[in-house]
Amino acid sequence: MKRVVITGAGTVNALGLNVPDTLEAMREGRCGIGALKFRDVERLAIQIGAQVHEFDETAHFNRQQLSLYDRFTQFTLIAAREALAQAGLEFSGELAARSGVVLGNSGGGMTTLDENYRSVYEEGKNRVHPFVVPKLMNNAAASHVSMEFNLKGPSFTVSTACASSNHAMSQAFQMVHGGLAPVMITGGSESMLCFGGVKAWEGLRVMSKDACRPFSANRNGMVQGEGAGVFVFEEYEHARKRGAEMLAEVVGFAMTSDASDIVMPSKNGAARAIAGALHDAKLNPQDVGYINAHGTGTAANDKTECAAVADVFGAHADRLMISSTKSMHGHCIGGTGAIELLACIMALRDGVIAPTIGYEEPDPECALDVVPNEAREARVEVALSNAFAFGGLNAVLALRRV
Amino acid sequence: MSVTDRVIRIIAEQAMIEPSDVALTDTMQDLGIDSMGLVECIFALEEEFDITVPFNANEPQASDFDISSVETVVAGVERLVARQKD
Repeated sequence: MKRVVITGAGTVNALGLNVPDTLEAMREGRCGIGALKFRDVERLAIQIGAQVHEFDETAHFNRQQLSLYDRFTQFTLIAAREALAQAGLEFSGELAARSGVVLGNSGGGMTTLDENYRSVYEEGKNRVHPFVVPKLMNNAAASHVSMEFNLKGPSFTVSTACASSNHAMSQAFQMVHGGLAPVMITGGSESMLCFGGVKAWEGLRVMSKDACRPFSANRNGMVQGEGAGVFVFEEYEHARKRGAEMLAEVVGFAMTSDASDIVMPSKNGAARAIAGALHDAKLNPQDVGYINAHGTGTAANDKTECAAVADVFGAHADRLMISSTKSMHGHCIGGTGAIELLACIMALRDGVIAPTIGYEEPDPECALDVVPNEAREARVEVALSNAFAFGGLNAVLALRRV
Repeated sequence: MSVTDRVIRIIAEQAMIEPSDVALTDTMQDLGIDSMGLVECIFALEEEFDITVPFNANEPQASDFDISSVETVVAGVERLVARQKD
């Protein structure tokens, strides 16, 4: 089997419009959550989120492109440009024919849907722009990345709610690992911070009105974010021969299904995914130094996740570090695993563990080292990234320092 | 502004050129407007004149709206605008 390394990373999220700014914000424990700004926000019970401000789409795209790119596609393309510029790859001939793009996404072009529903239902218009469908489809971002970078191999979109990005990156890993593709562009994006998007989440009564405080006893729900994370997964020898910088190695993954409840998480399903990733990567539990938690800040997730980690790691659970960066960039749904992978890369490459900010009170049901409030320096050999989605679909990735 | 001028303005915007560079005898192809651009043009014409253009992208030639040149589009729009006033 082929070894797989990450040779490029890109992002847009509430913490920064690129990777260096995002990592700096994570190191400083900065919070990207604030007052939401969009039409009709005053009609929402939940008015906070990790929204991407100071983003000028017209600086990146022309009018014709903007008529086809929903916000989630815009984020994806900007992140992909950053990742590919870092990797220094151009695709032509055989490399183009075999390389592809697999991205995670949950809501598709939610802003496009929202605006057009508003126009036909609320404003009574009987005509919509001709590109509504190609703009809102979930695969739009993956398709535009394939077009912009000439990727002609396997390309598609994976949709598993909050685990979409991790499932997508697992697929990309598998393709390079198995020799199907020399390079895969992967990650995910989401942009559902619009009236209809937040209104739908509000209905579920799991959202916090004030802050995201994962693992803290006084946590009171999740806070939604938006953004994209895109990576270049490359076959090790291919990367080595061209002298590419390797950010981290992807060494394994596992996917499991709880097969129990549409929203309530299961300790067993999560534990099987974590243990499965270790097994796939041929790692011992003691090898793991850091876990980027799913850590949504809901009562149910955080205690279930901590119990699953305790089950898998036994005594070592008290020695590893586990943090939730959702406290800073919010829950970016289908893009969240990709943005969180940046924290794993920072832990492995830079030896800096991103904190769980907003942590105020210990919870006996989450009695692990959650790296509260301040980043920490530590040498980490192996990191895991957890994602446990609504629908009981779990995906865990294992990364190693290079 | 006349119907002709308004149609030319919309087509020019789609072609990303100045209205003065659009000739009545130009075809959409001459102006570099592809099938997606044409559908956007038709949408813009419908919005501008509050008309419904009978155009099916599957069979552009079979539609009761001649898109073979700028002047046939103008004539088609004029006919639809007149019909709307009846």
